[in-house]
Amino acid sequence: MAHLITALILIPLAGACAMTVAPRNYARAIALAFNGLAAIFAWQLWRSFDSTTAGLQLVERHNWIPAIGAEYLVGIDGLSLLLVILTSIVFPFALLAQRGDRGFCALMLLMQSALYGTFMAQNFVLWFLFYEMSLVPAFLLIKIWGGENRDRAATKFFLYTFLGSVAMLLSFLGIYFAKGTFDFAALANLGKTGLLDGNFAWLAFAGIFLGLAVKVPLFPFHTWLPDAYETAPVGVSMVLTGVLSKMGVYGFVRLLLPLFPNEIRILAPWLLGLAVCSIVFAALAAWAQSDLKRMVAYLSVNHLGYCMLGLFAVTGTAVRPLPEMQAALSGVFMQIFNHGITAAALFYFVGLLEQRRGLRGINDFGGLMQRTPLLCGWMSVAMFSSLGLPGLNGFVGEFLIFKGSFAMAASFTAVAALGLLVTAIVFMRAMQALFSGPLAESCRTFSDLRANEKWTVIPVVLLMFAVGIVPQFIFNIFNATVVQMARLFV
Amino acid sequence: MISWIVTNVWLIPAVPLVVSLIVLSLAGSRRVAAAGFAVTGQVIALVLASAAFLPTLQTPGYRAIHNFIWFTFGDQVLRLGWVLDPLAAAMLIMITLVGLCIFVFSIGYMAGDKNFTRFFAYLSFFSAAMLGLIIANSLLLLFICWELVGLASYLLIGFWIERPSAAAAAKKAFITTRIGDIGFFIGILWLYGSSGTLLFYDNGHGCIERTALLAIGGSATFVALLIFCGAVGKSGQFPLHVWLPDAMEGPTPVSALIHAATMVAAGVFLVARVYPLFSFGAIKGTTPSLIVVVSIGVITALIASLIALAQFDIKRILAYSTISQLGLMMVSLGVGGVAAGIMHLIAHGFFKALLFLGAGSVIHGTHEEQDIRRMGGLRWVMPVTFLTYAVGMMNLSGVPFFFSGGWTKEEILHATEHWQFSRLPHYLMLAGVVLTALYMTRQIIYVFFGNSRAGSEHAHESPRVMTTPLMVLAICSILLAVLLTPAWPWLRTYLEGEAAHADPALLLQPMLLLSLLLVAIGILIGIFIYRFASEKDPLEKAQPALFRFFENKMGLDDLYEHTIVAFSRTAARVFDWMDRYFWDGLVRTFAGLGQLFGIFTSSFDQHGINAGVDETTIGARGLGRVISRWHSGQIQTYLGAVAIGMLALLLLYAWLT
Amino acid sequence: MTPTLQLFLIISAALFSIGLLAALSRRHAIFILIGIEMMLAAANLNFVAFWRYGPHPEVPTGVMVAIFSIAIAAAEAAVGLALVIAIYRHYRTTDVDKLDRLRG
Repeated sequence: MAHLITALILIPLAGACAMTVAPRNYARAIALAFNGLAAIFAWQLWRSFDSTTAGLQLVERHNWIPAIGAEYLVGIDGLSLLLVILTSIVFPFALLAQRGDRGFCALMLLMQSALYGTFMAQNFVLWFLFYEMSLVPAFLLIKIWGGENRDRAATKFFLYTFLGSVAMLLSFLGIYFAKGTFDFAALANLGKTGLLDGNFAWLAFAGIFLGLAVKVPLFPFHTWLPDAYETAPVGVSMVLTGVLSKMGVYGFVRLLLPLFPNEIRILAPWLLGLAVCSIVFAALAAWAQSDLKRMVAYLSVNHLGYCMLGLFAVTGTAVRPLPEMQAALSGVFMQIFNHGITAAALFYFVGLLEQRRGLRGINDFGGLMQRTPLLCGWMSVAMFSSLGLPGLNGFVGEFLIFKGSFAMAASFTAVAALGLLVTAIVFMRAMQALFSGPLAESCRTFSDLRANEKWTVIPVVLLMFAVGIVPQFIFNIFNATVVQMARLFV
Repeated sequence: MISWIVTNVWLIPAVPLVVSLIVLSLAGSRRVAAAGFAVTGQVIALVLASAAFLPTLQTPGYRAIHNFIWFTFGDQVLRLGWVLDPLAAAMLIMITLVGLCIFVFSIGYMAGDKNFTRFFAYLSFFSAAMLGLIIANSLLLLFICWELVGLASYLLIGFWIERPSAAAAAKKAFITTRIGDIGFFIGILWLYGSSGTLLFYDNGHGCIERTALLAIGGSATFVALLIFCGAVGKSGQFPLHVWLPDAMEGPTPVSALIHAATMVAAGVFLVARVYPLFSFGAIKGTTPSLIVVVSIGVITALIASLIALAQFDIKRILAYSTISQLGLMMVSLGVGGVAAGIMHLIAHGFFKALLFLGAGSVIHGTHEEQDIRRMGGLRWVMPVTFLTYAVGMMNLSGVPFFFSGGWTKEEILHATEHWQFSRLPHYLMLAGVVLTALYMTRQIIYVFFGNSRAGSEHAHESPRVMTTPLMVLAICSILLAVLLTPAWPWLRTYLEGEAAHADPALLLQPMLLLSLLLVAIGILIGIFIYRFASEKDPLEKAQPALFRFFENKMGLDDLYEHTIVAFSRTAARVFDWMDRYFWDGLVRTFAGLGQLFGIFTSSFDQHGINAGVDETTIGARGLGRVISRWHSGQIQTYLGAVAIGMLALLLLYAWLT
Repeated sequence: MTPTLQLFLIISAALFSIGLLAALSRRHAIFILIGIEMMLAAANLNFVAFWRYGPHPEVPTGVMVAIFSIAIAAAEAAVGLALVIAIYRHYRTTDVDKLDRLRG
């Protein structure tokens, strides 16, 4: 099928337009229908994708603004496809979690379209367009439908990420003036021999690094995140952590690492240090939170820190055997997918608790296991998945990241392992406070999972088990890409 | 049949796993079905384990492996596998048999519990994970099962979830063992990185086979020590033993199965499994890593015995005794007596499960009484429990001839005696034998002898469903002794991969007499001290300060609470604070600077530019007003102006010329 | 006393000044008009005088211009008078002090 990618980008956009004429009561159902359609197309994309060959596939290329080297160039490799699949899973999940009116659904669909575009665009101008396009709906969703402090959090989120984007745009303009192309593949080829030289290279590196580090977010650029995730409505938090944060990681893989290998090698100890700080500090900060949403938000920083650790180890260290690089890269990709699913699920459960109680402080609950065993059981699965229990999805990615990173940057990885411990403490504390002990007076009237909630949760949790036990079907998506990338980064 | 089971060893853990899922999905009211499924699953596992046992008997040193690819990443593969060798087969038999007894016992013990089905689901899940751990032929698969037994332990310790103390104990157990697991995890990474595989046996390329060991070289010590961290956490070795006594908050069958017979022994099993890593490059029969193992084992064994002397909770005494016995096994492994350590592990599995179930029977019979000071005189009321408990006590104390524990303990002492590095562990272990006999005598006197006290007045014997497993376990632990005698050391040779041969002359050895003597001393001292046991412990009367010190677990829990835990909690708070105020403060400072600049420019706009424009317009308007006053509309004024202008021009002309 | 250019110029200047004075000082519009006519006459006198004492007195250009000028002055006077009458009709006055609608 030709133009599959374009169709996939346009479907949610069409859905967003359809929201203007949708009947008020059926807005969410129609949005979900468009999600379903997008999922079918994503499935079709997966089927048309040849997982044995590396490089871009299903490329569509049209002239757009030749004067500035802007092309409509879309295509997928394993990583893109993985993220497209993730997006297709998380969005329906988020819409099921959150009741919203037409405007809400329209903005969500708009964001979905922007995300598809971001993950499949292969030309900087087009990519940047989609990248920024996702920012506006996110801002509005927080600003309009957010909870307490939403104005402040939304503005902070917007300014923070926008400032990063501006820095990145400037860097890219500089690169364009020096090299005359915006094509990712062409830039990556140039990057192998050193894209730019001297101070200019450092300046360009700093701009792009800033833009992406804010998006991921990497310590210490993460302070917008707890506020934004805490304030955003549950569905939006799910998308923010499940997919939007992956844009940063994706940007690192696609842009920064191929373009600036020398700079990264020189800065490697510092970058690895930042990744380890993300892991350990965020986990410790999560321990100290009493707001469940904020706690999960900090753990998001922690989990993405593992991705950053793997990526910096792959590109920055002195001795890099190919198998270890492949391990770390596979781990990072796996972690991208797993974190998307697990963190979204955790936010979903926190949302369920908040819906029932009206509050979400860790001490506002108690003894839930006696009243709502199903809710507690399924939520525990998500929690154990997040803390990396073997048999669930989180372990596979983390193990590979640690395996690869340990061979290349042993001391940093050893310190990062502390993060695993602290994560366990965080969840143990939460489980003890929420599930055990005598049933709190305020929780006496809680209902257990309702049928619709059950049917939302079960597929996602089953997916966690599937990825944890037989992860091969996910690895198949990106194995060829991993091999190619490892060779590129050598 | 025999070859079939070799390739399908995975069925042994798979059966309980499936059973656990089935039971979990049952409604809470379907108790009979739940118990039926669980017990059936365990029976099938036992049958399969016995079937798997048979091929290992055929040839000494039998080992069958089956490896498979778990997944491919990049162009690399990650392989897992399972192994069937004497070590695994013996452990499988022990675990399924003890497990079956405990499952049956639980039917009676948990009869009144409202979450009966969930209990059996968890128990089956534990059984599956534990069996998986045993047959794993990959350190990674072992680690996976290792974590899963940890999860099962967490769920079962906190089974009575409405009790805050149970939830706290579960949390403590999970986190404490995870501290060790982090070291274990790093050890796995290191091993994987340096040897390129995590399979134990892979036709000469496994990570504990010669080629890989040569590749690992000097770092084997570090790898071994890191892996040992995991064992320390799981097997309750000093300094991570603190979770095990608290784990007694769980139901007693759980304590028997997980925290006495099987899971806590996994650490010992792990060390035995990767023993080549520990012993690689041994000089004079020892390596730095083995010395650490021995030291930790000795410290643990002695500390735990001493603490056990000053406890009053019947289960806690047994918990400390478990810790001490595990320390003993570690010592045995450390000094090179791998087979002796595993033999003790297996024997311990039987008799410690017996003791715990006995304790459970006592608790059940005395209506949830756990304080030994409030018991007494139960030997007439609970005769079966008493007899089987006495068998367990004899085993634990190390009385040879009829009791398997005696033979295995003697084997261990034998091994320590022959350690070339130092004789100190040997002497300390001899002291440990006395202590063990002493605290067990104390317990048995308090519980079963003397007059009945407050808690045991309305005691009754437990139902048949609980006493039968006790008898089975007691008989097993006695029968096992046959396989352990030095005269026909079948189990040892089986584990070491040799053919057994009988030599009755070896039956009586000096070591045997020595250990018999020591046990007798211990028991006699115990009887002497505790013959008039009352609510106040005789030792407490004699040495109150020292007794209090041991009663408070040597202050270790408090020490951890006030140092490590307090420190990390503070660290968490500090980082939260840093995040809110320092990092975010930096951001806000930048934002503030931007805002300040904005205020500055806006005020410049307002007061500089804007005011300037305003002033100009005001001035222009005033000027216009003044000039417009000249515009009187009076035609004659205009004419006058013209005239004056003309006159002025004339004058100018005149002045110029 | 022979008439010289200077004499004519003095007379013309005097005539002009008288006309100006009339135009500036009188209140009535008609008088102002008359003053203006006087100033025009002074200009015509100047013209003729400069012609007569100029380099080409034989060509009658000066007289021609003066006659044209007088004709235009007549027409102007007619327009001016008509305006005065129109103003009178409108404002019922011819007092220029009161006619200040153009005041700024």
